[in-house]
Amino acid sequence: MAAVKSEHDDFIGAQSDKQLLRFITCGSVDDGKSTLIGRLLYESRALFEDQLASLASDSKRVGTQGENLDFALLLDGLSAEREQGITIDVAYRYFSTERRKFIVADTPGHEQYTRNMVTGASTADAAVILIDARRGVLPQTHRHSTIASLLGIRHVVVAVNKMDLIDEAENTFRAIESEFREFASQLDFDDISFIPVSALRGDNVVEKSSTMPWYDGPTLLGFLERVPIDEQRRIDEPLRMPVQWVNRPDQSFRGYAGTLSSGSVHVGDRVRVQPSARESTVLRIVTFDGDIGTAIAGQSITLTLAEEIDISRGDIISAANDPAEVADQFDATLVWMDANALLPGRPYLMKIGSATINANVGELKYKLQVDTLEHLAAKTLELNEIGSVNLSLDQPIAFDAYSRNRETGGFILIDRISNATVAAGMLNFALRRASNIHLQALDVDQSARGALMGHKPCVLWFTGLSGAGKSTIANAVEKLLLARGCHTYLLDGDNVRHGLNRNLGFTDADRVENIRRVAEVARLMADAGLMTLVSFISPFRQDRANARVIVASDNFIEVFVDTSLAVAEQRDVKGLYKKARAGELKNFTGIDSPYERPENADIHVDTESLDVDAAASQIVSVMQQRGLFD
Amino acid sequence: MLESHSAAAPRGPSPRSRSQLDRLESESIHILREVVAECERPVMLYSIGKDSAVMLHLARKAFFPARLPFPLLHVDTRFKFREMYALRDRVAANPDIDLIVHINPDGVAANMNPFDHGASVHTDVMKTQGLKQALDQHGFDAAFGGARRDEEKSRAKERIFSFRNAQHRWDPKNQRPELWRLYNTRKRKGDSIRVFPLSNWTELDVWQYIQRENIEIVPLYFAAERPVVERDGMLIMVEDERLPLRTGEVPQQRRVRFRTLGCYPLTGAIESDADTLPKIIAEMLVASQSERQGRAIDHDASASMEKKKQEGYF
Ligand SMILES: Nc1nc2c(ncn2[C@@H]2O[C@H](COP(=O)(O)OP(=O)(O)O)[C@@H](O)[C@H]2O)c(=O)[nH]1
Repeated sequence: MAAVKSEHDDFIGAQSDKQLLRFITCGSVDDGKSTLIGRLLYESRALFEDQLASLASDSKRVGTQGENLDFALLLDGLSAEREQGITIDVAYRYFSTERRKFIVADTPGHEQYTRNMVTGASTADAAVILIDARRGVLPQTHRHSTIASLLGIRHVVVAVNKMDLIDEAENTFRAIESEFREFASQLDFDDISFIPVSALRGDNVVEKSSTMPWYDGPTLLGFLERVPIDEQRRIDEPLRMPVQWVNRPDQSFRGYAGTLSSGSVHVGDRVRVQPSARESTVLRIVTFDGDIGTAIAGQSITLTLAEEIDISRGDIISAANDPAEVADQFDATLVWMDANALLPGRPYLMKIGSATINANVGELKYKLQVDTLEHLAAKTLELNEIGSVNLSLDQPIAFDAYSRNRETGGFILIDRISNATVAAGMLNFALRRASNIHLQALDVDQSARGALMGHKPCVLWFTGLSGAGKSTIANAVEKLLLARGCHTYLLDGDNVRHGLNRNLGFTDADRVENIRRVAEVARLMADAGLMTLVSFISPFRQDRANARVIVASDNFIEVFVDTSLAVAEQRDVKGLYKKARAGELKNFTGIDSPYERPENADIHVDTESLDVDAAASQIVSVMQQRGLFD
Repeated sequence: MLESHSAAAPRGPSPRSRSQLDRLESESIHILREVVAECERPVMLYSIGKDSAVMLHLARKAFFPARLPFPLLHVDTRFKFREMYALRDRVAANPDIDLIVHINPDGVAANMNPFDHGASVHTDVMKTQGLKQALDQHGFDAAFGGARRDEEKSRAKERIFSFRNAQHRWDPKNQRPELWRLYNTRKRKGDSIRVFPLSNWTELDVWQYIQRENIEIVPLYFAAERPVVERDGMLIMVEDERLPLRTGEVPQQRRVRFRTLGCYPLTGAIESDADTLPKIIAEMLVASQSERQGRAIDHDASASMEKKKQEGYF
């Protein structure tokens, strides 16, 4: 591109060499957070005249400061919120001084908005915790500090606000300081600073105040200009680079694009690709501006390697002499962010680094009472709750403990159906060294066992109303398969409920668990090489989708045994419909609980036009087409 | 097709820290790559302004040495400045870049223009509707836009990945949390994502980056003697006979430049002597007006942008 002429200018140069600090502000409602941020923006001249003019007119119209500017109004963005007079989301603000540019995550003080604070804290280098000097340390203060600590923020400044309203200023300030320090001793901060301020008057915010001669520390802005930046710390950690995208413009070039999570990389470095554990040497570090010799944490680059190895998105390139751990089972901390509660046993998608994998939240060990740090027993996590869980993945990943590296230990969970981000999580440690077990498992795997059997393993999942004919047809299919010399097993819903799932009832959580167990058993059986038939009403689409995820096989075949309610009820082999109609059975599928018809089942069996044998041979011929019989 | 570079060209000892521009650049590149890795048909909205220029430059960097893995889309309102069209055509001449130009045919049929129909109708038809048409026509499932959060209050709360339903509507109450560098790009069929890689940039960052990277921008950003008339409190440039003069209006030569570029009858110039990037940046540092001030379309109620976004404005 044609260059635009530019003159060199030291002043301008200094302006663009600034560092970048991201921080979060937390406080309870009315502690003065908006006023404080507004003041920082105002005093660092981040506001323009037209913005000031609209601030002035907004202040007159809806402000709380009479004729004075109400800085709080600067921060309210969305009109509905503005009318309610509260901020209800994370908003990002920008201002800069000669030393640094600042990105402020402004998150609200309401108790129920843990989710927003967690979001803002995840990228913050430091936290400003606001305390109203008149009210002192509140449960919310504990909450904010705990979340900041959990999310790995190491540097905290406590701004004790509204000092202008306090008579015994110094004593009050010292008392708050010691109370906060005591609570924080249970948390993981590297350092905590305390600054007495008045956001309203600007005391100790940008300028030192003469009204508090007993305080000789920095101003809030002075603190923010010097507090360490997290990315800088991560330069000294070992190299980690999640591979985001494989750059293959033509046959002659194959580069791995990604952003360094930690460490540095030099041309000639030995690297290990994880989880596969293959090694290679860095050949080039390619950028648009020419090759470079070294890259450091935070940089987005493209690497090429000396020896070609198979690498794809989701892999991590690590320092060969200090690689990440590899595991598929973890102790993790979860922050629940969705209105629908966590259902242990239900599979979610996990995104960590550039990898997306299937994850199962297993046992919930406890839920954290955020303001007291107590551990409470719990079966589920609701919106804004934080808990400790076991997490298992369907394949191993490379990771670091979150406390060591936020980028290779932090993850989100995504609901497979709604696509919502339902949780943020932090990996604490691997539950066992799954990596070795996995490598061995490769020697004898599903296809090896299948080869011995003379057919491919599969899971035939029969769904349909009670009395639709699932078990009858499944039985007939099993007979045909036996006749062909196939190894089979039939899992029947009713039978399983008498044994394996005896302890489960019919609540939502139990229903999910019921399906999960059956799907897990089916997976094991398929893994053992069997053609596995499952006969299960499984009325909900999501549960069938989950079963498909758990079984994780291309040969999961959903068979919809389609019989109308009228016909099934007329057959009523087990007399259940009659009971349900009489109100003796609750939650009976088809009567007072819905059956969600499969939209694209792999096989659709219309029992009203086919007899049992015809239905069975329809299914076997689909299996044949899929190449399941050698 | 590949620009060749010598093998390793080490630049001395490893750097110990990165400037804010370095960090903003890496973040944007990361976002661009994430979309290309996870979405089926991305597109980059190219408005020819300075933010688009920066975004395009970042994209070249993100995918180098490959050519741009998505097309640029210019939704043309037919009322852009001549110099904008000239730059657009130069960009499109680059063999590594594909450019799609879309003009709303309904608007053409109705001879839509800001003089007869007013600023908001013109913008709605040519820009908002035109954009939706183009996105639907090509089936794009992700569109990069150059908006920054410092531009306007409601933007400050919009995520980097912003989801739109099949009717292109934004639901501010239903945004996905964005943690660390993890972006959840999953969506339902028919939904699409607007992605804002420059979310965390400020106007000053953009100018400093343009200077640092030598990015070509439309010359109108630099001060020069230009014919203008004062209209509705704005300095409107009289490009050519396409701008009908109102009675009493006599174009005057004034030394002006633009901080933001849109349709020429709707974009106000400012008086300035800043004819180089350092001068523009120096002027920025003491500036007293925000850049959207120069856009007629933003002058309505203070929540107008938010309303427009809910309706599908970018
Ligand atoms: N006296 C005094 N009042 C303050 C101070 N800071 C904020 N306030 C007032 O406290 C109230 C709540 O402030 P606001 O910034 O909206 O609180 P937020 O809910 O934390 O954002 C407003 O009436 C402010 O004017 C301060 O330092 N001193």
